Amino acid sequence: MKAKRSKAVRYNKWGYIFLIPFVVTFVIFQLIPLINTIYYSFFEYFRSGLNVIGPNFKGIENYIKLFSNGDIWKYTGNTLIIWLMGFIPQIIVSLLLAAWFSDPSLRLKGQRFFKTVIYLPNLIMAAAFAMLFFMLFSNSGPVNSILVSSGIFEQPYPFLDRVWTTRSIIAFMNFLMWFGNTTILLMAGMMGIDTSLFEAAQVDGATSTQVFFKITLPLLKPILLYVMITSLIGGLQMFDVPQILTGGNSPANTSRTLIMYLNDNLYSKNYGMGGAISVYMFVITGILSLIVFKFTNGKKK
Amino acid sequence: MKKKVLSMFLAVAMLAGVLAGCGNEPGGSSGGVEPGNESSADAGTDASQGTDVSQGTDGSTESDTYKRADGEGTVLNIYCWNTEFMNRMKDHYPGYVAGKDNTTADEEGNVSGTVEATIDDITVKWNITPNKDNAYQNNLDEALLNQESAAADNKVDIFLVEADYALKYVNTDYSMAVKDLGITDADIADQYKYTQDVVTDSNGVLKGLSWQGCPGVMFYNREAAKEVFGSDDPAVVQEKVKDWETFNATAKELHDAGYQITSSAADTFRTYTNNVSSPWVIDGTINIDENVMNWVNDSKALVDAGYTGTHELWSDDWSKGFFPEGKVFAYFGPAWLVNFSMSADTEGSIGYNGGWGACEGPQGFFWGGTWICAATGTDNAGVIKDIMLKLTCDKDIMTGIVVKDDDFVNNKPAMEALADGSELINGAEYTSKVLGGQNPLPMYCAGVDGLDLSNLGPYDQACTEEFMSAMLDYMKGNIDLDTAIDTFYKEVITKHPELTAPEE
Repeated sequence: MKAKRSKAVRYNKWGYIFLIPFVVTFVIFQLIPLINTIYYSFFEYFRSGLNVIGPNFKGIENYIKLFSNGDIWKYTGNTLIIWLMGFIPQIIVSLLLAAWFSDPSLRLKGQRFFKTVIYLPNLIMAAAFAMLFFMLFSNSGPVNSILVSSGIFEQPYPFLDRVWTTRSIIAFMNFLMWFGNTTILLMAGMMGIDTSLFEAAQVDGATSTQVFFKITLPLLKPILLYVMITSLIGGLQMFDVPQILTGGNSPANTSRTLIMYLNDNLYSKNYGMGGAISVYMFVITGILSLIVFKFTNGKKK
Repeated sequence: MKKKVLSMFLAVAMLAGVLAGCGNEPGGSSGGVEPGNESSADAGTDASQGTDVSQGTDGSTESDTYKRADGEGTVLNIYCWNTEFMNRMKDHYPGYVAGKDNTTADEEGNVSGTVEATIDDITVKWNITPNKDNAYQNNLDEALLNQESAAADNKVDIFLVEADYALKYVNTDYSMAVKDLGITDADIADQYKYTQDVVTDSNGVLKGLSWQGCPGVMFYNREAAKEVFGSDDPAVVQEKVKDWETFNATAKELHDAGYQITSSAADTFRTYTNNVSSPWVIDGTINIDENVMNWVNDSKALVDAGYTGTHELWSDDWSKGFFPEGKVFAYFGPAWLVNFSMSADTEGSIGYNGGWGACEGPQGFFWGGTWICAATGTDNAGVIKDIMLKLTCDKDIMTGIVVKDDDFVNNKPAMEALADGSELINGAEYTSKVLGGQNPLPMYCAGVDGLDLSNLGPYDQACTEEFMSAMLDYMKGNIDLDTAIDTFYKEVITKHPELTAPEE
């Protein structure tokens, strides 16, 4: 008996030892920066040229400045609008593709090929991808050349000088980069569903639409929830594509996202205001994730 | 298995195709995409690449070479953002011996890394960080902030700055007064005044020197001038653009003939902002000068009438006027723009056929330039003084730079002698092929002589960038003027939290 117990304790010890690398990395690279960010958000702390100003404790002054200035709401709105514009088509197309790919009765040919192809845009560096679209949609770019020479437009249309075309291009790029990834995640979820359920439904005479909405979707919920929340977090952190596509100067700043705003504040190493924006984003992300969670789980009752 | 191999192959092939496409785009585009901080630097590097270098091309004798003084440090650290100054040193500084090159270039041609060289028994260490995304300044800031605690051999000795942010460094104790190095007013008397204005701090102390001047002129399309004005003579064209009022009237004339007077409203921005009567920031409050507002009003009128565009500088749309089909009448810029950045080596371009002409334009201005500053705490004051004297004050060496690198050097007598033909290059008067055989030097000299830059400030980089982008947004019709001005204030304050917007 005694020997057995000591053995169990030793196993526990190994468990903790194996956890050390993670805990150490987490504390150094995640927890301490997180606490620091929150801490400095209450300070005046930036550089004026080469002179470091602060840190001077200022209470919630940074937050008052942030919200009274009003821009933060605009940039939150921009971020959410562009994310939704990309995410809605993304989830619809991904669901459709995943359903087709995972349906054995369709016997689609060349599945492997298409799965690879739809994932490819995700492998390109966002920066290179944004540069490519910048060239494509510039006034003298190929898209305008085609539109003008085919007579659809008389003059080149300044895509990147107009609010909604700029937003649409960013949303489309995000869609293109991420729908393959989402498809593969959803497909994994669908393949995990017991095939006997589909067979039973077919035997009972269910149409494929009914099968999709009554069987596939409800059973896919855990994966769907995961996809939605990760995509939401990714969307709120949208930065590289709009930054490089617009060079930070979108029409009337309507394509400036929260992280781009944060980036501008770090120009003068403004850790105080930067911290305040980060804390704001932390809270917003938390609230939105909770809403998605409640919304998706609530239906079950 | 076969399928797997096939799909893998296709994936790789596709990816390679896509990536190759992307990689080629930026470099292959006409005019090239330049990062935010343009300077003559880019141009200068192009000029000296691929040329063999031999010591003593300027006729300097062995006795001219610098010998390390007793007690002077043995390592000279130089911070810079490209290889331009290094190439000038290599080609023109007596006693400079090039060493190991550890640099790499990215796909846009930005060089970064370190290079070693020697002057006498001093090791020269070049620390090159590209300008892109403010990386050079970020790196330099960290180095200077650690200057005091760094070991003598690791301290920054020389750093280079550009006009847009020179005062950020010059107004601090991190840069040394030129006088403290032992350089006298008499040594630098031949330099252009504006080059000293740029690096004079708020107490009137000169803290850096430059070997080059970048006076700008107006380059016009000769074919268009013949077509519209009946002559491509610089004097005739100058009469058409002699001040802003005439310039704007001429815009209509050109428009009726199918030409845009400039490619973008951004083209004339520097010319207006170099001729202001008040700085961007007065006592911590942001200020918009009258001449800057003139730019907004004049340009808005031109844009609304369709006489010019609203493209960002260096964009493909902006560059289309480098070719005759672009139907652009004029660009504003210094010598390096027309020589190296306007597709002059591409067949069919206006520059390739020598189709540009130069005239002074409505007002004088400058664009670009690199200044040499000595960092406080350096243990190499002797060699820094020698470098500054030889490269920025020595007429013979500087004439050598004009001959070899096509730079406009910061030496009035040297430039004036070349301008009026009393000094010949390889037995002939200086002419420019891109400008159809015209000698533009008299114009450069005249344009830069009267330039007064005492209104430069430490916030200019952020102010000009943000003002330009907010106003282009207004000119495109996305926002009204009040919103644009408001946006400008907000953006500048975001970048510099210590500033305030003026009370309404």
